[in-house]
Amino acid sequence: MILSEMREGESARIVAVNGESRLRRRILEMGLTKGSEIYIEKYAPLKDPLELIVKGSHVSLRVKEASQIQVVREAGEGSHAEETA
Amino acid sequence: MPKKLLRVALAGNPNSGKTTIFNSLTGTRQKVGNWPGVTVEKKEGEISRNGYDIKVIDLPGTYSLTPFSIEEIVARDFILEENPDVVIDIIDASNLERSLYLANQLRELDCKVIFALNMADLAKSRGIQIDAETMSNLLGVPVVFTVGNKGQGLKELLQTTIDLAESSSGIPEERKVRYSKDIEASIAELRDAIEEQTDETFPYNPRWIAVKLLEDDQIVKERIRQKMGAAPADAVIEAAQQLRGRLMWIFDEDPEIVMTDERYGFIDGIIREAVIHTIRRRVDISRNVDLVLTNRFVGFPIFIFFIWAMFQVTFTLGAYPMEWLDVGVGLLSGFVEGLLPAGLVRDLLVNGVIAGVGSIIIFLPNILLLFFCIALFEDTGYMSRAAFLMDKIMHQIGLHGKSFIPMLMGFGCNVPAIMATRTLESRKDRILTIMITPFMSCSARLPVYIVLAGTFFAASAGTVIFMLYFLGIVVAILTGRLFRTVLLPGVEAPFVMELPPYRVPMLKSLLIHMWDRSKMFLKKMGGIIFVGSVIVWALSTFPRDIDYSKNYDAEIGRINTVYAEKIRHAEPDRVAALKNKRDQLIQEEKGLRSAEKARKSYIGQIGRVIEPVFEPLGIDWRGSVSLLTGFVAKEIVVSTMGVLYAVDEADAESKALHNALRKSGMTPLSALALMIFVLLYIPCLATVAVIAQETGTIRWALFNVAYTTGVAWVVAFIVYQGGRLMGFG
Repeated sequence: MILSEMREGESARIVAVNGESRLRRRILEMGLTKGSEIYIEKYAPLKDPLELIVKGSHVSLRVKEASQIQVVREAGEGSHAEETA
Repeated sequence: MPKKLLRVALAGNPNSGKTTIFNSLTGTRQKVGNWPGVTVEKKEGEISRNGYDIKVIDLPGTYSLTPFSIEEIVARDFILEENPDVVIDIIDASNLERSLYLANQLRELDCKVIFALNMADLAKSRGIQIDAETMSNLLGVPVVFTVGNKGQGLKELLQTTIDLAESSSGIPEERKVRYSKDIEASIAELRDAIEEQTDETFPYNPRWIAVKLLEDDQIVKERIRQKMGAAPADAVIEAAQQLRGRLMWIFDEDPEIVMTDERYGFIDGIIREAVIHTIRRRVDISRNVDLVLTNRFVGFPIFIFFIWAMFQVTFTLGAYPMEWLDVGVGLLSGFVEGLLPAGLVRDLLVNGVIAGVGSIIIFLPNILLLFFCIALFEDTGYMSRAAFLMDKIMHQIGLHGKSFIPMLMGFGCNVPAIMATRTLESRKDRILTIMITPFMSCSARLPVYIVLAGTFFAASAGTVIFMLYFLGIVVAILTGRLFRTVLLPGVEAPFVMELPPYRVPMLKSLLIHMWDRSKMFLKKMGGIIFVGSVIVWALSTFPRDIDYSKNYDAEIGRINTVYAEKIRHAEPDRVAALKNKRDQLIQEEKGLRSAEKARKSYIGQIGRVIEPVFEPLGIDWRGSVSLLTGFVAKEIVVSTMGVLYAVDEADAESKALHNALRKSGMTPLSALALMIFVLLYIPCLATVAVIAQETGTIRWALFNVAYTTGVAWVVAFIVYQGGRLMGFG
């Protein structure tokens, strides 16, 4: 599935980052590398952009950009949401 | 003994606390300027320690050294070309993994580098324990713990810096980032090719050049062409392209992507060795704050409240010191007026220099307060949330979420608003925002609306003024869409933005921020406004010897004698009324004289020449001249109209000006056209100057002048002629 299909509070692991090379590299440099675990913190009030947590930092992406990222959903177990509790 | 000078560069991610460390190190002895050729802020400071003069240069905050943004290019070029003695990389210890990405790029650059693990206390409270010694050994780089906002670790940091600068050791080869076998083989091969073409004078590290060429770095390609000569460089680049092709075939992926991945893999290894996570569960205050501030329901209301508060502070609170400064300027000009004999010099000083520069100085409180608020937004981390909230809306007009704040500030004053675009990282976004901000109706335009709408639309004046503001926004949106597709097309900057944790700002840092930016405003604006005001003054003062159509002095003398006679013979209770009448007549004559003087001055002559241009808009020569003088500052339009319509005291509330305007043949429709023109045309001189400064070229400023004036003319034309066709006016 793609990242932009995920809902708030879900965790996933990145499978691939597609799209134009420049954008891709930017995304990778912000730590969204293949295999890294992400947690969808929230969507903005107008549903775009979204905020996710990767490698401990909060990063926002536009939905259009997030649709270039392929992920597999992870079980909610051990997600950041529970850590915060 | 002369002290030894060390040059130290501070690098680091945005929000790593780099600025705090810079401020703590250098205190207030800072110099703020721009990096040559670009509009990225450059900060320098000097300190003396242990017999060394240490010059600290604050590099722009970046996440990497991939030369995509201006900041990254500036930072990398400085390290490559200026060879600082030591580079200190400020690493956010609570965000180690991402920070180490830049850190490793610095290691690859082969400069002397120190890692300052900043905010170590915060990391500890989050359950992250870093073994500095292991890390230092693994990376081959000195590692120092600091807590910037408490000033901890800075002494040690400076000592380590001096020691490292004096030591002769470089980075041991085996401590560099190791890539996978295929990539290392390509690097080695390319490195040999480079070393074949160069000798010891080649200023860059060959391995680094090889890495960059495999990543297809355009700037490095250009750079080696300059340093090696075109032919040898092309041979190397050709070899690099072949190796890239091979790697692409092996990995089925661009080499730069593979290498980015592998760098993170390397970082992962470092973290596993040197970091112990003690507590997995944590309470994150910042996240809880954010759940409220970007909440689906209350996020926007809170945002609007903050913006409203910023406006109130800037313009309402700022109005008091503004008034004091205004009084001060008035006192000064009164003082000079009393000091000097009447004549050209006094006129130049009082009406040209003091009036012109004074008109800018009085904005200083606004500017200080505005920059304080912006610094507060930035330092707390709220600015990126504002962008997060607004991005969807701003994206519709081809802008970035962060464009919202500058545009909004434009309603107060365009000058600080355009300076506030510095928070935008992409140059395209910045230029676009700068180009449309002048359509935000600034507070200086309000007096013009009040006079004209008040005179011609009495009861519905408020609605008319509101519609004008609205028109400005509509034109801005249309312009944004137009420019995004026509003028600045191409890929938009991706909105990959970090949302840093909320932090309590430090007052000292806020004040330094505020003062630095305001100082720049004063310096740059002062000069331009000074020259501009003198020019306008000269145009409206010369020629001196006007051939008046009537001898006003004689007329005033006649009135005086006639009334002196009348008063002498009058009943005592009529004396006051007669004196009043006399003064009124004299005022009228004086008004007529200044009107004629204005008409016959150079600026009046210019006004008459350009009158045909404004005729289709229903604006007569007096309107034309007022608009011309409005270039200095838009509120001047009102005072010029006062002079031209022969009213002695013109201000927004003046009844006399209302009456004169009604009698002048101006209709509600032509007044509306004039107001629309004032809304949209040339931003004032200060704004034009700040556009030139912030875009780095005069061309954008001139383009803006032409574009806004063109739009103003077309819209005013449509409204005026359309209105006439529909039978108004």
